Amino acid sequence: MEDRVKQQARETAPGTSVPHESAALHVAGEATYVDDIPELAGTCHIALGLSSQAHARIKSIDLDAVRAAPGVVGVITAADIPGHNDCGPIIHDDPILAVDLVQFVGQPIFAAVATSFTAARKAVGLASIEYEPLPAVLDVATGKSQQSWVLPPMQLRRGDAEQALKSAARRMQGHISIGGQEQFYLEGQISYVAPKEDGCFHLWCSTQHPTEMQQVVAHALGIDFNQVLVEMRRMGGGFGGKESQSAIFACITAVAAYRLRCPVKLRLDRDDDMLITGKRHGFEFDYEVGYDDTGLIQGAKIDMAAQAGFSADLTGPVVTRAVCHFDNAYYLGDVAIDAYSVKTNTQSNTAFRGFGGPQGAIAIEYIIDNIARELGKDPQEVRKINFYGQDERNTTPYGQTVRDNVIHELVVELESSSDYYARREAVAAFNRTSPVLRKGLAITPVKFGISFNVVHFNQAGALVHIYTDGTVLVNHGGTEMGQGLHTKVSQVVALELGIDIARVRATANDTSKVANTSATAASTGSDLNGKAAQDAARHIRNRLAGLVAEQHGVNVADVEFADNMVSWGSGQIPFQELVVRAYESRVQLWSDGFYKTPGLNWDRDAMQGSPFYYFAYGAAVSEVVVDTLTGEWKLLQADILHDAGNSINPAIDIGQIEGAYIQGMGWLTSEELCWNEQGRLTTHAPSTYKIPTITDCPQKFTTRLYRNHNVEDTILRSKAVGEPPLLLPFSVFFAIRDAIASLADNRINPPLRAPATPEAILDAIDAVRAEAK
Amino acid sequence: MDTVRFILDGRLVEIADVEPTRTVLQYLREDLRRTGSKEGCAEGDCGACTVVIAELTGDELRYRAVNACIQFLPTLDGKALFSVESLKAADGSLHPVQQSMVDYHGSQCGFCTPGFIMSMYALYKNNPAPGRSDIDDALSGNLCRCTGYRPIIEACLHMYDYPAPQDNEQQLRKQLLGLRRATGQSLELERGRYYAPASVDELASLYQQHPSAQILAGGTDVGLWVTKQLRELPVIIYLGNVVELGQIKSNQGNIEVGAAVTLSDAGDAICAQYPEFTEMFRRFASVPVRNAGTLVGNVANGSPIGDSMPALIAIKTWVKLRHGDDVREMALEDLYLDYMKNVMRPGEFIEAIEIPARDEHLELRCYKLCKRFDQDISAVCAAFAIRLDGDTVSEIRIALGGMAAIPKRALLTEKLLTGGKWNESSVTTAMGKLAEDFAPLSDMRASADYRSRATANLLYRFYLETRSQQPLDSEAVNVFAVSG
Repeated sequence: MEDRVKQQARETAPGTSVPHESAALHVAGEATYVDDIPELAGTCHIALGLSSQAHARIKSIDLDAVRAAPGVVGVITAADIPGHNDCGPIIHDDPILAVDLVQFVGQPIFAAVATSFTAARKAVGLASIEYEPLPAVLDVATGKSQQSWVLPPMQLRRGDAEQALKSAARRMQGHISIGGQEQFYLEGQISYVAPKEDGCFHLWCSTQHPTEMQQVVAHALGIDFNQVLVEMRRMGGGFGGKESQSAIFACITAVAAYRLRCPVKLRLDRDDDMLITGKRHGFEFDYEVGYDDTGLIQGAKIDMAAQAGFSADLTGPVVTRAVCHFDNAYYLGDVAIDAYSVKTNTQSNTAFRGFGGPQGAIAIEYIIDNIARELGKDPQEVRKINFYGQDERNTTPYGQTVRDNVIHELVVELESSSDYYARREAVAAFNRTSPVLRKGLAITPVKFGISFNVVHFNQAGALVHIYTDGTVLVNHGGTEMGQGLHTKVSQVVALELGIDIARVRATANDTSKVANTSATAASTGSDLNGKAAQDAARHIRNRLAGLVAEQHGVNVADVEFADNMVSWGSGQIPFQELVVRAYESRVQLWSDGFYKTPGLNWDRDAMQGSPFYYFAYGAAVSEVVVDTLTGEWKLLQADILHDAGNSINPAIDIGQIEGAYIQGMGWLTSEELCWNEQGRLTTHAPSTYKIPTITDCPQKFTTRLYRNHNVEDTILRSKAVGEPPLLLPFSVFFAIRDAIASLADNRINPPLRAPATPEAILDAIDAVRAEAK
Repeated sequence: MDTVRFILDGRLVEIADVEPTRTVLQYLREDLRRTGSKEGCAEGDCGACTVVIAELTGDELRYRAVNACIQFLPTLDGKALFSVESLKAADGSLHPVQQSMVDYHGSQCGFCTPGFIMSMYALYKNNPAPGRSDIDDALSGNLCRCTGYRPIIEACLHMYDYPAPQDNEQQLRKQLLGLRRATGQSLELERGRYYAPASVDELASLYQQHPSAQILAGGTDVGLWVTKQLRELPVIIYLGNVVELGQIKSNQGNIEVGAAVTLSDAGDAICAQYPEFTEMFRRFASVPVRNAGTLVGNVANGSPIGDSMPALIAIKTWVKLRHGDDVREMALEDLYLDYMKNVMRPGEFIEAIEIPARDEHLELRCYKLCKRFDQDISAVCAAFAIRLDGDTVSEIRIALGGMAAIPKRALLTEKLLTGGKWNESSVTTAMGKLAEDFAPLSDMRASADYRSRATANLLYRFYLETRSQQPLDSEAVNVFAVSG
């Protein structure tokens, strides 16, 4: 294993697999998360009073018993909010605390503030709230039929899909159901606010978006942005769940600190976290596709209905990304997409790794899987003939030309390295004789667009300081949530200055250092902040080189920085000595840096443009065994080949790829969100909501990085790797389908829904058996 | 008034005034500000809070991983506690389990890492050469959302490559011996709010005096009443110090499991005679839960989704109830009346259960259905026991969890099959009969329809494995037995 990483490190120079910058702290329990910060004297704690109703008018609220409970120092309701009672990231439909109307079970109505967390939690239960129930919409189908939207429907058209379907040799239509997914960051949502002098506030918050937290807190308190400082060293996982949805907790905590004039902490109990916060959007698809006898797609029409929950939150951009990933790696001919953001009386769904992309892409994979079985072909054959071309058939439905396509070569390499065709034979042979168990095998491709779909978010800033002992501090607009961003940025700065990474320290994201940052999201963290940090370091390096040039009469271009030394023609000097000399020569040893992604454009109304700087590619082969009596299944083998460009840190990139694969497998299999008839989420803790565990990691698990350089001028020609591999475990889902289909000689398409729990699998098995009779 | 005494980092800690339901995690994080151990769920399901407890059992020094979030602080009395902060050497160098985790890139966000480190530490102490399945078992209670586990498995495989630290176990043994209370000396905290009696007689008498007291053994369920339901427990009687209750006795081949025997120890003893239960005990819960929770606790709790009862009922387990000086015994299935209701009187408790010696003609299987292999609550747990006389069923017992308000036998189906042929046609008929025995519920674990269909199919799986003509091996019917 180590050899493999080392080998890849050599193959992908300048990238090396240095450990995560905090690894030694993680393993010793010394890495500080928000709840680990030593508490200030007088710190109070919050517990939240939540709606028990999915949709109701609040007739009356009596909180006297809460106020009188032991340890309680105050109760906060909407009336206590001095500024705006809203924390919506785009649309202003997200109350911080409910007033008059509740819109889902779990919506916060009030906050009890007490001297201890336990006292606050006990007090919350003493509230007396009367409701007048209103009709609730609890599922996508009902919401769609009632035209219950949080945002207007979106449309994308290319060519005449209707005509393409009519003239196609074959047509097929169907329905696909894909469930949502809880982020299940191990560290729950948390905010800690300390009042400072002159009406200022310091907020420590586990968030992917410190700048937005600064802004929503200022809005809630009715104060200026420069009165709020947000600091974020690290999150215990984010996965999108802490992009916009840390806001409500930051705001409630800030309001309590404002009213009570003391430090206040809000750390959510896991059940409350899962009851309150939004998840990955579940989608329902109705499609119609036209294709020829080889399986080549001529046109497709699809309705995408996303479960938005009670408010818009990030549903607009999530659905946009779903629309822009319906093509995945395929040229689809004429296309008509209608996308609906369905309002339901449930948690407001939000960002989750992939951000709608995985949902859009799995729809076309499902359709291609179906086409293959209709034609009696291996799905892999139909996938390949529909891949985007290099010079033709290379325009996406939204009008962007695919210029960096490597999916053909990548997939062929994986077919070979995974021994796909021999294993397909072996699986078929097993299934011919196995009485109860069936095996399945599938290979699925990934093409994922990198950049925020909103052009102006694609910017970043950084700050680099060099101190006179030669050590370096780097600060940038990105947040560390485990993805290794700080490690990669430190590597970039170390490389730029020609020094050991041990001399570079990345520091907490801090809104008082780099301002107006974008969320660390859309996989863009390293691309944006790595470039900004490189820019800052380059400014200083240029000044240092200028000093050498001036003092030694050489050209700036001939001054080299490497191995902790600075050299030119005949001379050299240790980096640290040059730094001291520069200081004494009054050369500025710190700099800002800035980056904006070039060449992006997007017309939101027409849903046309070039929203992505480039695409990341990958593919995976998964083999499963399924029990046809119970629907139980097991992953036997996974082989992944993924394109991280010229990897900055192969070990970290492989960690992202494997982690995304297992996480995405959870989404499509064991992770089931259930709401009861009253609209209450019944899977609100790890006892009932099952993310993958160690035994789910396959015995045979091979992940390799595809040799590639980004054709675009990204940081060290690497590619973003956070989200794209979340699509790799489609292969698990389709391998399960393959196993089920073997029961009817691969002639019948199993109506398998996601998540493919044992029950969903047995349902599909029974349906196939019934149809085969 | 007594104090709670335990060892932490080689030093004696003595606590006089303690809330009996204060958890070990609250104590570490809030009282000591040792914030390495994390709270991820406060219900023993994520493992971010995992700590290791060492204790002397007889002469044996045992290290066990447990969940600090649901372990009450007074239960540490007489033991040694290790948290993630305990592991670094005096010179600041990392322990091999820590260094291996760094070198093999086993941490990403790092929040789950201290818990993994402690489960790995327990594995390191207990198993010098674990294979993949040992590693899976040891870490089955630790959730990681970032890595996909592969690098953590690598770290476990390589943690023995590093020089082993010199632990002063002699010193620890001496300290633990010094904490042993004199025989028969019970522990009483805060004017009778927490009792840890030292003998069964004392326990019986205390419980008679305080029939509304909460009996506490492993606390893997009671802990959640406190952390999740915020229940007050005015009086607690802890079983862990009753030496007799911690014992497994062999009685002419019968196995008697005392009320304080952990699921880990009970499972080992039972599976030695009934290896068909190995997978069920493995999947019952994670290692930290099995290390704390007790088998009798599972039985006494009586939840319809408790995994042990179908298996125990299928093999005719008896329970021994104690009330004051009175002892009565009954078949396990007779203990349960209705949902979370049983025949025990106030002040009565289960002293032990007795598992009969194996009938050598018995064919036996136990199947657990849920969404995930590790640490999941069953949608259905089914145990089948049959004695065949040639092709004829001389006796069959079918016990199911998750199918009714209590763990329950399929009496009508058993009756239909008994005395008949054990063949395809009789089994197919019996599969239909199960619908008369059970009317299960739909919930977040599975629908009623799935429960019914899958249960019937499990009977068929049992038949395939036990038919006289060409019985199938488990690799042919159980996906988890298929090697990757």
